[in-house]
Amino acid sequence: MAAVVQLEDIHKTYDSGEVQVHAVRGVTLDLHKGEFMAIMGASGSGKSTLMNTLGCLDRPTRGRYLLDGVDISQLDRNELADLRNEKLGFVFQGFNLLSRTTARENVELPMLYGGRHFSVSEMHERAMKCLEIVGLANRADHFPSQLSGGQQQRVAIARALVNQPQVLLADEPTGNLDSKTSVEVMGVFQKLNDEGITIVMVTHELDIAHFCRRNLIMRDGRVVSDLQVTDRLIAEQEMAKLREAESAAKLTA
Amino acid sequence: MRLASTLTVSFRALRRNAMRSLLTALGIIIGVGAVIAMVSIGNGAKSMVEAQIAALGENVLLVFSGSFNQGGARSGAFGAGTLTPDDADAIRREVMTVIAVSPEVRTNAQVLANGLNWSTQILGEGADYLAIRGWPLADGAMFSDADIRSVAKVCVIGQTIATQVFPDGSVIGQTLRIKSQPFKVVGILAAKGLSVQGADQDDLVIVPYTSAMRRVSKQTMLRSITIQASSADTMSLAQNDIIALLRQRHRTSEGTDDFTVRSQVEIAQAATATSNTMTLLLGAIAGVSLIVGGIGIMNIMLVSVTERTREIGIRLAVGAHGREIQLQFLMESIVLSVFGGTIGILLGIGVSELLSRINSWPTLVSTTAVAVAFVFSAAVGMVFGYYPARKASLLDPIEALRYE
Repeated sequence: MAAVVQLEDIHKTYDSGEVQVHAVRGVTLDLHKGEFMAIMGASGSGKSTLMNTLGCLDRPTRGRYLLDGVDISQLDRNELADLRNEKLGFVFQGFNLLSRTTARENVELPMLYGGRHFSVSEMHERAMKCLEIVGLANRADHFPSQLSGGQQQRVAIARALVNQPQVLLADEPTGNLDSKTSVEVMGVFQKLNDEGITIVMVTHELDIAHFCRRNLIMRDGRVVSDLQVTDRLIAEQEMAKLREAESAAKLTA
Repeated sequence: MRLASTLTVSFRALRRNAMRSLLTALGIIIGVGAVIAMVSIGNGAKSMVEAQIAALGENVLLVFSGSFNQGGARSGAFGAGTLTPDDADAIRREVMTVIAVSPEVRTNAQVLANGLNWSTQILGEGADYLAIRGWPLADGAMFSDADIRSVAKVCVIGQTIATQVFPDGSVIGQTLRIKSQPFKVVGILAAKGLSVQGADQDDLVIVPYTSAMRRVSKQTMLRSITIQASSADTMSLAQNDIIALLRQRHRTSEGTDDFTVRSQVEIAQAATATSNTMTLLLGAIAGVSLIVGGIGIMNIMLVSVTERTREIGIRLAVGAHGREIQLQFLMESIVLSVFGGTIGILLGIGVSELLSRINSWPTLVSTTAVAVAFVFSAAVGMVFGYYPARKASLLDPIEALRYE
């Protein structure tokens, strides 16, 4: 199967004053359709920079990046924006929903931009379908401030899905969530991955990385380990275990 | 992104901060309101001056007796006392382009009727005076040339005199005593109202100028001569002919003239120029507040861009072009200023309406001023919104998303 993402010897150097920061020093990797990869590493390992490059928010200083067969190093700012709009979905650590804007309007946001034009009813319909996928159709008219952290992150996932992207990119999606809610959100990712959606996420939590199929570990801007996960955790089973433990501790009825 | 959805996004953003949007728009509301109100007041004054000039009559020339110099002491205007009824006759006879002439003398006197007395202005005029001025009669008739020749004791009175000394309503044929001499009232003038200066234009009695000179004030010289030219085109010709004729009769030359000839056009121009200057001045002062309002919008938009850096980052990440971000913020400031402009126009109309009611100032809401204020307020939004919008559009998505 053709790779959705092909990175060939990617380098990224930042000019911060007189010092040159070599954040990524030669990363080569292929990502195929239906993969679920976690990028791990300590602070300063270059994982965020790699993620920004994958997300077409930034261009590599050197190397070639083919997204769905398109070489992004040749594209200008607006073409990159269109590519992000059509082929990528973003989930952030801090949810990044627009406040005082309903869940549905937040999900509709990517449809306001890009080359395709949707009618109001079409936008409404597609947003509701994505909210259904993440199980929040009944919260469509709620504002982010009226939703829990986990629910907000699920709205953000719905927003990332609404333009049917090739790759879903998640930057520490569970970073602001408690462990139970993290498992819940990972469950949503696993369900989407089972339906064939390609997902790349950055995390520094080992147990969260265990929910993925492939773990990539970075250090000093290089890939030091790239392994398939053998004993993958299944979110549903983990949730069941947590519930059991909770009822044993009489936390819940 | 289409314009309609940009507009939707802008409206949503403004609604999210309704109070702040309103306060921001307030600068424009007050600015536009002030411009409209000030220009209305200026225009009202101008239209009143114009109406009054028009009330002078059509194609009117006025000859005033000027100042004279006697042994170094110069009299003021109307001081020469060299304008005679013969001059008026000569003008009527010899200047071809003149169709009507009315010699004028003025004096003040106490008038008496029905045991009621009233101090008023007595105008001695020719029989054509009302025709020249285009001043209709409410009742009765103007005195005739025969009355002038016979120095008749007849008069035409203004509305104020009618109400003050003839309270029971029957006026025509009644006797009005002017300086103890009985004058028969032959006509009542139509009401004219107040002048720009606030003087009551209906507080007067008009008598034949001969009667005024011989019976009321014993003067031998005229104050002025009111002349009507045959048409607007012949006015300057008539003016030149009159000047030439009077110089010949008075044996004066340019510089030593003891009279002045003014055309209605000159008077009108001077008066309109004054009120135009006033309107411009008031408008300019109000315009300053409009600019201050615009700076207020720019200030808030800059704050808004900084505050919403993260939102801009999200929009850029999900595929917004810089141009679309720019358009969104530009649209917000235009919506703000146009909203403010619309409310301001209503406020301005309301205020000028109120001023004309309370102070009985004449105001005239000019549609040009409304249109200009509206376009200008939109332009203010565009100009002062451009910089913040441009700033927003140039943000780097990664930086913007990381912004706390």
